Amino acid sequence: MTILAEHLSYVYNEGSPFAAKALDDVSLTIEEGEFFGIIGHTGSGKSTFVKHLNGLIRLPSSQKHYRRPKAKKGRPAPVEPVLKVGEYDLSDRNADFYGLRRRVGMVFQYPEAQLFAETVFDDVAFGLKNFEKKKNDADLEEAVKAAIEVVGLDYAAVKDASPFDLSGGQKRRAAIAGVIVTHPEILVLDEPAAGLDPLGKREIMDLLHRLHGDWCKTVIIVSHDMDEIAENCTRVAVFSEGKLVCALPPKELFLKAEELKALGLDIPLTAKLRLALKERGIDLDCDFTVDSFVRAVLAKRGEGQ
Amino acid sequence: MKEVSFGQYYPVSSFVHKVDPRLKIIFLIAYITAIFLASNFYGLAACALVLVLVVIFSKVPVLKVLRAVRGVTILILFTAVLNIFFYRGEGEPYFQWTIFAVYREGLLFSAFLVTRLVLLVMLSSMLTYTTTPVSLTDGLESLLTPLKWIRFPVHALALIMSLALRMIPILSDELDRIKSAQMARGADFESGNPFKRIKAIVPVLIPLLISAFRRADELGEAMEARCYMGDKKRTKYKKLHFTWRDLVAFFVIAALVTGVVLLRVYLGGIL
Repeated sequence: MTILAEHLSYVYNEGSPFAAKALDDVSLTIEEGEFFGIIGHTGSGKSTFVKHLNGLIRLPSSQKHYRRPKAKKGRPAPVEPVLKVGEYDLSDRNADFYGLRRRVGMVFQYPEAQLFAETVFDDVAFGLKNFEKKKNDADLEEAVKAAIEVVGLDYAAVKDASPFDLSGGQKRRAAIAGVIVTHPEILVLDEPAAGLDPLGKREIMDLLHRLHGDWCKTVIIVSHDMDEIAENCTRVAVFSEGKLVCALPPKELFLKAEELKALGLDIPLTAKLRLALKERGIDLDCDFTVDSFVRAVLAKRGEGQ
Repeated sequence: MKEVSFGQYYPVSSFVHKVDPRLKIIFLIAYITAIFLASNFYGLAACALVLVLVVIFSKVPVLKVLRAVRGVTILILFTAVLNIFFYRGEGEPYFQWTIFAVYREGLLFSAFLVTRLVLLVMLSSMLTYTTTPVSLTDGLESLLTPLKWIRFPVHALALIMSLALRMIPILSDELDRIKSAQMARGADFESGNPFKRIKAIVPVLIPLLISAFRRADELGEAMEARCYMGDKKRTKYKKLHFTWRDLVAFFVIAALVTGVVLLRVYLGGIL
């Protein structure tokens, strides 16, 4: 499913003294099969954008024309926002949001906070039971087992355990299993590795690569960790103050170190090293993954010899 | 980022906003007393006049004040209907059907009660519109000080109140997040029979309770780490001071209560 957003705007608490513009005329297309990254400062509108994707925040209905501001003289007419996720047109009030949520999985920040059931099995099965009410027990068990195993947990050991007895990293993986159990085509994760130790982080990123392709066609991650973004994403969108600054592959994006710094964002370690080498007169050509960086360095050394 | 406010506080700077919260609480109590002392429409008119003044000098939109009445519509309608049909007056009823009868006195009395209720609700809402929950608790704590003499833990009570208020926006944020997460997993809170809907709340309630307990634990530890002792004599970050505004407010309420009493003595009841 392709995601197509045009002129998306959103204001929290509209019309009250606390009104805050969270999205401002965002237009962005995310193709099927991408491993898409979204970066931006806190409060830049990343999370608000992502919440639109499965209808947790809805567009002002396009049928309610009478509520829209009329075009004034000397000002351009207000543009209709468009948001399409695959065949779902989210500007339609009566869109099948239920069906949409089944196909767009959403892992929120600190997803372990959503665990509630008595056993890991029940918790993982929660989404599946909601979406596929008539599924028989054998199919259900098979799907839950597959989800628990794909996130790297031992099915036999955890299925009857309380989710609250797991370790931090295990809890997070159990929570992710609870989202991917329905095989969503698009998987959105808000800071999936936040607050984990380096090993836990690596395990989560490995898991996402395992899922990307076979299990979920498109993966979208929101992250503050530029190394994570550089290492994994095919394309990255940069948000600032509700606006989309640009959407580029990491190879092009992290060349713009100055612009990113001005937005209060960091660059990955590989980009920093590349800049430091550049100051010393060595120009490297790499796409900012550790692997390509090392290759580029070795190639340079080969030239030097 | 969202929902910076909770409750009804309307954040503007105005005369009424700046009045000492303690005085505002006393003002409200005196106002309620005045409303119930008023025995005729002149007395209520005086109360209404004071309400209008308060609204004007608070810069709170009139529509917002009127909206406060919406919450008690049913109570008001119930009172009105009950009094119109069951108040037994003298003379001929305007209308009679079995036990229901409409008398002139019934209509008057019901109008009187409704006005009372509306005024009451509107001025109470003005207190919450113009006072932040924090200064409200501060004011209450200060007003309850005399209870310390009978060993009542006023400070602890105020601390509990302000902590509870402080936690409301955090928990409401948390609730929002957990609800979104479960909705993304196909939870449905809106359809089905009441029993089903109550059951649907469980996946939200359990994580919320767990996080509330965790937060309470962490807060307790943080306070202990800073050697917090509630019963020690503590100073305040923001001291409450009486100003000329409070004097004006004091005279307004004193004039109102006196006026209402005089009207009651000289003009008598509504009927």
